Amino acid sequence: MLELDRVSAGYGAAQVLRELSLSVSAGEILCLMGRNGAGKTTAMRAIMGLIPLMGGRVLLDGAEVSALAPHKVPRAGIGYVPQGRRLFAGLTVAQNLEIGMRTRSSPPEVLEEVLALFPRLRERYRQPAQTLSGGEQQMLATARALCLRPKALLLDEPTEGLQPSMVDALRQVTLQMRGRGVATILVEQRPDAALAIADRIAFIENGRGGEVVPVEMLRRDPSLLARYLGV
Amino acid sequence: MDLGPYLLLAILEGAVMASVLALTAVGLSLVFGVMRVVNIAHGEFFMLGAVLAWYVTQMVGGPPSLGFGVALVVAPLIVGAIAVAADMTVLKRLDYDPERTIVATIGLLYIIQQLTLMGYGPEARPVEPPFNTRLALPWFEVRDGALALYWPWGLSTTSYKLAVIGAGIAVLLGVWAMMARSQMGLVMRAVQADRDMALAFGIPVERVYAMVFGLGAALAALAAVLIVPISQAHYLMGADPLLLAFTVVIIGGLGSLPGTVVAAILIGLSDGIISVFFSPTLAKILATLLVALVLVFRPQGLFGVRSA
Repeated sequence: MLELDRVSAGYGAAQVLRELSLSVSAGEILCLMGRNGAGKTTAMRAIMGLIPLMGGRVLLDGAEVSALAPHKVPRAGIGYVPQGRRLFAGLTVAQNLEIGMRTRSSPPEVLEEVLALFPRLRERYRQPAQTLSGGEQQMLATARALCLRPKALLLDEPTEGLQPSMVDALRQVTLQMRGRGVATILVEQRPDAALAIADRIAFIENGRGGEVVPVEMLRRDPSLLARYLGV
Repeated sequence: MDLGPYLLLAILEGAVMASVLALTAVGLSLVFGVMRVVNIAHGEFFMLGAVLAWYVTQMVGGPPSLGFGVALVVAPLIVGAIAVAADMTVLKRLDYDPERTIVATIGLLYIIQQLTLMGYGPEARPVEPPFNTRLALPWFEVRDGALALYWPWGLSTTSYKLAVIGAGIAVLLGVWAMMARSQMGLVMRAVQADRDMALAFGIPVERVYAMVFGLGAALAALAAVLIVPISQAHYLMGADPLLLAFTVVIIGGLGSLPGTVVAAILIGLSDGIISVFFSPTLAKILATLLVALVLVFRPQGLFGVRSA
C-alpha cells in the first residue's frame, strides 16, 4: 500500500534520512521507533512531500507520490497528523474539519462519520481550535486527517502529553481505521503504547532503516526492544 | 467659522484619507499576513493604479464618468496581473524568504518607478472626477434656547469625496466578507496559520500566494484610482502611501485586518484634523511618534498577537 523505497531526505545540505525503506500494507499499523533525532518526523515530512527527497521514492498503491507536487500528495489519499497537532489557529473546529473535507472533496457523510468517532468535537464545533484542551486538539488533528478518507494515515506521536483516557480514545480510533483497511504509520516514543497497538515495529537509527519486527515477537521478549532501541 | 464647523470639515477630509489609506494598508497587511512578505513595492502598485487611471480615461474619452468607471475596473485588474507576474517570476524563485523578498521588492519598486518615468514622464497629470457637485453642509447653533440649523460660509464638501468614503467602506466590507465567509478566505486563513499544514491538506500554497499578492496590489491600485481625481497621477506618488500604509499596519498589528482598518481611521482622521487646525507636517510627526510609541510599548500593534 504505502512504500518508502530507499528514501534519502534532509534539510538544506543536512541529510537526515539515508536510503530508508519501509512498507505498510492496507489494514496494518507499522510503528516507527527510534531515539530522538533518528529521523522519524523527517520520514513523515518526506512522505508528505514537505521536504524534497534527495533520493529514492514514495509509492502509494504502486503510484509514485513523491513525483507529485506537495499539495497533491494528500489528494492521493495520505492523511497526516503531525507532531504538536498544528491545527489552523484562528479557525474554528468546523473550519479545520472543512479544510480536511475539501482536500479530496469528501461527501458530507464523511464528516458525520468523523464526528461520530469524536463526539466531543461536535460539542465544540463553533469554538476556535486554539481554545480546545490538548486532548481535544489532538482529536481535532486526527479528525481533520480522517476527513480525507485516507488510504494511508501518518500519526506522529499522537498521544504525546495526553491523559490516559484520551490516549485510549485515540487508540480505539486508530484500531477502527485499521479495521477499515487504512495503512497506518505511527511514530511512537513509548514502547508500551507501541506494543499495545502496532502490528510491526520498524526501528530507525541515524536516518537508516533497521530491523522490522512483528510485535508478537517483542511482546514475548521485551528485552529485544531495549536491544533494538539501544537503551 | 466656529470650531464645530471646522471640526466637521477636518473630519470629512480625514475620512477621505482614512478610506483610501485603509484600502492601501489592507492590501499591504494581507500580503504580510498570508505570505510573510514585506512588500516595499506596494506604493508603486498604488502609483501604477493612478497612472493607469490617467491612461484609461484618456483612451476611453467621452464623459468623465465613463472613463473613470472603466479605469476603476481596468487599472486594479492590470496592476493585480502585474503583481501576480512579479510573484511568479521573482518571489516564488526566492521561496518567499522574508529577508530576500524585502530586497527583491525594493528592486521591483525601482523598476516600476523608473519604467513609469520612461513611459509616462515626470509630469503630474489630473484625472477628472466622474461627478463633483459641491455640497454645502449645515451646522447648528442654539438660538432662543432651541437648536437651529444654519449654513456656515465655506462649510462644504463634494459629492465625489463622499463617494470615495462610501466606496472605501464598501470595498473593505467586501474584503472582510471574502476573508470571513468565502471558501477562498478560509483557504487564505489556513495558509496564513500554517503553510506546511495547508500543503498537507491539499491547498496549492503557491497559487494562493500569487493570488494574495495580486489582490494586495489591486487594492492599492483601487485606492489610487479613487484618490487620483483629488490629487494627481505622478511617478513619485508611491512613497507617501507606502510610508503611511506601513505606519497604519504597524500601529494596527502586522497581518491583522481589523487592526489595520482601525489604525487607518485613527491616522486618517488625526491627519485630517491636525492638518486643518495646525499643519500637515505636524500630523506626519505625530503619526510617526505614534508608530515609535507602539513599537516600544506594544510591538505587536494594537490588534496584533505577540509571537511566542
